[in-house]
Amino acid sequence: MATSRRRKPQADETPQYSTEQLLKYYREMLLIRRFEEKAGQMYGMGLIGGFCHLYIGQEAVVVGMQNALIPGDSIITSYRDHGHMLATDMDPKGVMAELTGRSGGYSKGKGGSMHMFSREKKFFGGHGIVAAQVPIGTGLAFGHKYTQDGNINVCYLGDGAINQGQVYESFNMAALWKLPVVYVIENNKYAMGTSQHRASAGELCERGSAYGIPGHVVDGMSVLAVKEASEKAVAHAREGSGPVILEMKTYRYRGHSMSDPAKYRTKEEVTKMRTEMDPIDNLKKLILENGSADEDALKTIDRDIKNIVAEAADFATQSPEPDPAELWTDILIEA
Amino acid sequence: MPIEILMPALSPTMTEGKLAKWVKQEGDDVKSGDILAEIETDKATMEVEAVDEGKLGKILIAEGTEGVAVNTPIALLVGEDEDADKLETPEVQDNTTQSAALQKVKGEEETKPTLPVEPPKGTKAAPPASDEDKYFDKTVKLTVREALRDAMAEEMRRDDKVFVMGEEVAEYQGAYKVTQGLLQEFGERRVIDTPITEHGFAGLGVGAAFHGLKPVVEFMTFNFAMQAIDHIINSAAKTLYMSGGQMGCPIVFRGPNGAASRVAAQHSQEYSSWYAHVPGLKVVAPYSASDAKGLLKSAIRDPNPVVFLEHEILYGHSFDVPEDPEFIVPIGRAKIMRAGKDVTITAFSFMVGQALAAAERLAEQGIEAEVINLRTIRPLDTETIVNSVKKTNRLVSVEEGWPFAGIGAEMSALMMEQAFDYLDAPVYRVHGADVPMPYAANLEKLALPQPEDIEKAVKAVLYRS
Ligand SMILES: Cc1ncc(C[n+]2csc(CCOP(=O)(O)OP(=O)(O)O)c2C)c(N)n1
Ligand SMILES: [Mg+2]
Repeated sequence: MATSRRRKPQADETPQYSTEQLLKYYREMLLIRRFEEKAGQMYGMGLIGGFCHLYIGQEAVVVGMQNALIPGDSIITSYRDHGHMLATDMDPKGVMAELTGRSGGYSKGKGGSMHMFSREKKFFGGHGIVAAQVPIGTGLAFGHKYTQDGNINVCYLGDGAINQGQVYESFNMAALWKLPVVYVIENNKYAMGTSQHRASAGELCERGSAYGIPGHVVDGMSVLAVKEASEKAVAHAREGSGPVILEMKTYRYRGHSMSDPAKYRTKEEVTKMRTEMDPIDNLKKLILENGSADEDALKTIDRDIKNIVAEAADFATQSPEPDPAELWTDILIEA
Repeated sequence: MPIEILMPALSPTMTEGKLAKWVKQEGDDVKSGDILAEIETDKATMEVEAVDEGKLGKILIAEGTEGVAVNTPIALLVGEDEDADKLETPEVQDNTTQSAALQKVKGEEETKPTLPVEPPKGTKAAPPASDEDKYFDKTVKLTVREALRDAMAEEMRRDDKVFVMGEEVAEYQGAYKVTQGLLQEFGERRVIDTPITEHGFAGLGVGAAFHGLKPVVEFMTFNFAMQAIDHIINSAAKTLYMSGGQMGCPIVFRGPNGAASRVAAQHSQEYSSWYAHVPGLKVVAPYSASDAKGLLKSAIRDPNPVVFLEHEILYGHSFDVPEDPEFIVPIGRAKIMRAGKDVTITAFSFMVGQALAAAERLAEQGIEAEVINLRTIRPLDTETIVNSVKKTNRLVSVEEGWPFAGIGAEMSALMMEQAFDYLDAPVYRVHGADVPMPYAANLEKLALPQPEDIEKAVKAVLYRS
């Protein structure tokens, strides 16, 4: 069985990251962080409605993973999807405008926070039914194999989603047919108010073991650890060896959705994660310590990101609501 | 310029709350993500986090204040080079553009935009044109089973993106032998035996369709598709809409539907009204072999998800089928199986045969029934039905399934809306008994509409006994 525990990389095999790479990861994580904070604020102002699930704290997972992919690889996830969209280079304006339900949104305002897509960027949603994205992602991988396009699917799911039956139906078919898919369990310790230990027997990374799917635990709070594990998993899937499971240990700082008072965990727990494990702060420290860049360079990035997010928010408040006629469009494609 | 921090709404329903506690005090430095204050809502105590950086210049609402309306400025955040002491308390009316935006959104609730009451292409749309009749010069006798197989084979030859998957479809040649020979011709890449995993392979099929393939997903019977109905509805039918038109899902879900024979309640359900309820799906239920072939070809070519409901008992029935592979039947077009002036009978799938048998008996008694084979349940060919009723002034709706919210209920509504002035009698619904399907032969027969039931219904709407 190829399930392995976290392992300290040996000094000689630690990959070297260029300044350019480190700053890119910093920038991408920061964009998600600032975007989500803005989304939270706009929710507070009533500009965003319904459910709104923020990704704050989990940024390293998607940024590390996406940086291991090549053009054409497809991505699919749950309703906690804003970070994934930004990491696949979707336009923050279009994402924010979908959150506000405006015509400039990726789904013309008809999908909302949980349902956004970009065929162009190979982002296949945005799914509101817990774990529904898992067989769909497996089907995308089936498509990659059927057309031999050389691409893979990365299918993100939560520690709660992992207990759905359809996940195992998917694991079975993916392993049986050696489909090119990487299942990324974003284990943020909670499914709404239920901690992993109250819902899940055994270790999540081993959930594929009966199907012979290798599983690895990854420090999901370190973008470099994620990147490294992702490179290997992606290579495995791409070379035709079948699916891989990566269990990313991560944490969400905010409530499950905006209206969650988060009574199921202590303030101390959240504070400890935020102050000691924050993926952005820790990368920043590393960048400054190893001299890749100075405070000023990082400040410039911060300012840049601030402007991008401000522009996205402006666009999302100014973009008009969808035309009433949109009510009746996009139900069926004209045959 | 100082930045106003506004009282946030922390749930979709919150309009005001108590400012319970200031965690940061005037003069404190604030970073994005820092907790500024605690707020009590109707449901819980929640934290307010800073979005912008700066110094907490002035607290405008003291802690302990109750009933603070959402979007009221509660504090001012100043930049590094601003002087907190010089800050003026803003008038509450002097709202920021952002809260003005909110008021605009709120205000719009009162002045609702005028919506078109009906979709631009309403239910009255004419059925699509069809040249299907011209192909009947040269025909062969085929069973429905063979016709379905030929449809798949022809479409698979035409388009490499078409593939078939399901339980026992390949090696075993189909649980009901509908996929006979496909594995031999197209190989295991395109004819795929799945594990018994309906939820999983339905979702996988949807993913493959999103990728651009054209899956034909066979359910051994539609009874088992209940395991997969979430993907048929939530994933296949709704995603086009939820994506603003980006995510077409060209997939066919097919298999036998309804009662076979003596397999009892869990294996004998008729699902047409379940699927026909859903915008974003097309629902087809053919009767004859030619319809089965022509419609399955249309379904495979259709860019939308199509639920294709077959009938096990019909699989072995033979009909004339055009030889020309160009023969195709458009989705959305009913077929008049028998013309008549006295009463209209609508039916679909196996019930078309029952209706025709009833019409035969009625003809012997001098009653001319017009039998309409719906063929497609959604989009329904309302024009053909309504035009027929305008002539006959009477409608008997026949279906194998349960009555409540069934196809007959839809027919009744259609008559109310589009043919009320033409009716000489109330619509009569013939349907399966409103019970789980019994096993005993005599009870099963009682539960399913028989030609005599249809005959009785026709006489009732004609006020004859
Ligand atoms: C099938 C289904 N059941 C329940 C829900 C309600 N629900 C939404 S999110 C959620 C928790 C999922 O937690 P997890 O998979 O850990 O993802 P996270 O929210 O932590 O990202 C639940 C129960 C749902 N959307 N779908
Ligand atoms: Mg979780």
